[in-house]
Amino acid sequence: MSQSQLYAARTNIYPRSVSGRFRRIKWAVVVLAYGVYFLLPWLRWERASGANQAVLFDLAGRKFYLFDLVVHPQDIFWLAGLLMIAAYLLFFVTGLAGRVFCGYFCFQTLWTDVYILIEHLLQGERPARIRLAAAPWSAGKIARIGLTHVLWLLMAFVTGLTFVLYWGDAPQLLGHFFAGDAPFAAYATTLFLTATTYVMAGIAREQVCTYMCPYARFQAVMFDKDTLIVSYDEGRGEGSKGRSRLGRQLKTRDARAEAGVGDCIDCGYCVQVCPTGIDIRNGLQIQCISCALCIDACDTIMDSLGWERGLVAYSSERRVTTGEQLRLLRPKVIGYAAVLLLAVGLLAWSVAEQAEFDMSVQQVRQPIYVQLSDGRIQNSYEIKVNNKTNRLLTLRFRAQGLPPGAELDFGRFEEVSLQPEQRLRLAASVRLMPDEFDGHSHPFELVAEPQGNVGIAPLAHPSVFFVPQKEPGR
Amino acid sequence: MAEQNQGKAVQTTGHAWDGDLQEFNNPLPRWWLWTFYATVVFAVIYWIWYPAWPVADSFTKGIGTVTYQRDGKEVTTHWNARAELIEEMQTGSETMKQQAYLQKVAAASYDEIVNDPDMMAFTRSMAKVLFADNCAACHGVGGTPARIGLYPNLRDDAWLWGGDIASIEQTIREGRNGFMPAFGQVLGEDKVEQLAHYVLSLSGHAVDTAKADLGQAIFQGKEGGCYYCHTESGKGMASQGAANLTDAIWTVADVPGAADDAARINAVEAVVRNGVHRQMPAWSGRLDDTQIKLLTVYVQSLGI
Repeated sequence: MSQSQLYAARTNIYPRSVSGRFRRIKWAVVVLAYGVYFLLPWLRWERASGANQAVLFDLAGRKFYLFDLVVHPQDIFWLAGLLMIAAYLLFFVTGLAGRVFCGYFCFQTLWTDVYILIEHLLQGERPARIRLAAAPWSAGKIARIGLTHVLWLLMAFVTGLTFVLYWGDAPQLLGHFFAGDAPFAAYATTLFLTATTYVMAGIAREQVCTYMCPYARFQAVMFDKDTLIVSYDEGRGEGSKGRSRLGRQLKTRDARAEAGVGDCIDCGYCVQVCPTGIDIRNGLQIQCISCALCIDACDTIMDSLGWERGLVAYSSERRVTTGEQLRLLRPKVIGYAAVLLLAVGLLAWSVAEQAEFDMSVQQVRQPIYVQLSDGRIQNSYEIKVNNKTNRLLTLRFRAQGLPPGAELDFGRFEEVSLQPEQRLRLAASVRLMPDEFDGHSHPFELVAEPQGNVGIAPLAHPSVFFVPQKEPGR
Repeated sequence: MAEQNQGKAVQTTGHAWDGDLQEFNNPLPRWWLWTFYATVVFAVIYWIWYPAWPVADSFTKGIGTVTYQRDGKEVTTHWNARAELIEEMQTGSETMKQQAYLQKVAAASYDEIVNDPDMMAFTRSMAKVLFADNCAACHGVGGTPARIGLYPNLRDDAWLWGGDIASIEQTIREGRNGFMPAFGQVLGEDKVEQLAHYVLSLSGHAVDTAKADLGQAIFQGKEGGCYYCHTESGKGMASQGAANLTDAIWTVADVPGAADDAARINAVEAVVRNGVHRQMPAWSGRLDDTQIKLLTVYVQSLGI
């Protein structure tokens, strides 16, 4: 080849359908994921105050509603915990069982599956689709392919619109959306997600995994010799002379063994069902998303021949090369599992043990103290309180750990009532005549006590009272 | 690489260097090239829409525009981030919320504001900015000037001109003229010293009692006439802006900062000798009624 091509046209992939264990699991995941994703915004939830939507990310109100949990901006560290858990979960699962996320749970895989289903329903099985693609344009071809794209776009639109419904009251937002007076962000997001869903799941498909996705690349570095991979049993499949079709003399395993031919009948089913268009018999490849459809395909063939399953199966590099047993419990996996459990436990504890209200106390630093007309020293404080319950909360403040004679002044707000979910900033000061002018900051606690029999524990926040080094004027 | 594809030799670029050095060719997907063309198209649209190319001492303005209010008039300018920020600050949803709250505070009475924790919190954060823009140059960002003698400290509990809402509002609105005549020429150095001893004794400082007694006679007699403004007890008079001399607060003489008794006497003597002339300008022409209201509440609340 004298003139090489720097750019290659895409080779279209027309995956054949298959049924089997893993396909059933994958459909179950699709049904579950779609059920949750598309129905969740419509689930109503009774709350004493706030939105009545079970899951709502209220950006304008700066609150995330998750069933009975309301997440406030100051709880943002939970997000850090959640992301850490997601990362450890990915490390754990990938170390143990390879690209499980890619094959079973990634939305690229889920949506592509559904898009291929639509394609299959309208254009038929793989050979029919290949024929249709090669056929000259006709009214029938335009209708079939056009309808496929219309359904894809519709699916993409519903996907994008549903995402938007998580960020506002779903029924109301939907009404506004079609009346044309929803916020610009709602239309922009829907349009963007419609476009990306259509392009990614309809057109780009496996190229997203091969060329765009960073996970596909870095998951490979978490593999070790014992990680589960989808692999072809080369010894059994190839025999000593390689694979061969079911020829006249090669119909039984005994005959094939005699001829030195392996169990693989080279039917190509495993290649045809592959959504990324690879041949698993060539070994582990970067394109493989571990969807296990080739296992289902090969199992189907082996079953029909009456031969034992497992020519293509979940295995590990060690097992493929040495034939040793799978070793699932390894220090790395156990370590990841331990860290994962710890992170989940900490997050759950933090969520369960969150206070019903919170308070922060900040000493005013400018000026750090002031002398009053009677000679006492005054420090000022800025207090923020936040009622996280959905009841009226009345708080009364007192200081703890100050010398006798110290005066705490909240102006008119020694006792304040906070509406459900209300935040409030208050100013307070502490005045006292120090026994000794020592130039030190003296710790004390500001205590907020809920009034009435509400069963909420008081909160104490540490702060300091600064005494100057020398009494002013003396 | 060749190994991985089992026998299917990977293409090379077809060129050999140094006899045997060849380069594999794994062709890029063609759509990847299209994304490059797409960025080119994007760049052209960008040039047309936004300011982009330098031309001589100017630049291409683009056809995008931003419209905002300047001094009550609508201004339309070529797209730029600064104008867009101004527009956002004039019409953004947060601005609308702030305006609504501002109107609520403007309509409320002083009594309603100081008794409502929510309105107080709003007032404090709004007025903090007003204070920093207009007042902090003299009174300090936190309401405390850099040192005693410059301007009154607004954080303590002493008020030269009265600490009630009405007095503070009047102070801000109309300004104040703080004046104490210079007594150095009139009384002479000895009497100035005697007065200083007496004044310091009022707030419990250790002084020469003989001198202080002489000072008291000057203070409360016709000679000094100090009591006209500071009253006989020395507790001061808000209508004159005359300081209370019996408390621990000093606004002109830096007594708290003085190192020893002599320095304290010197500090007070200087004030008696030279008098005081301080002025706070009137703000009614520069701030609107709502701003003055916010500042009044804020300044009063600084004492807490």
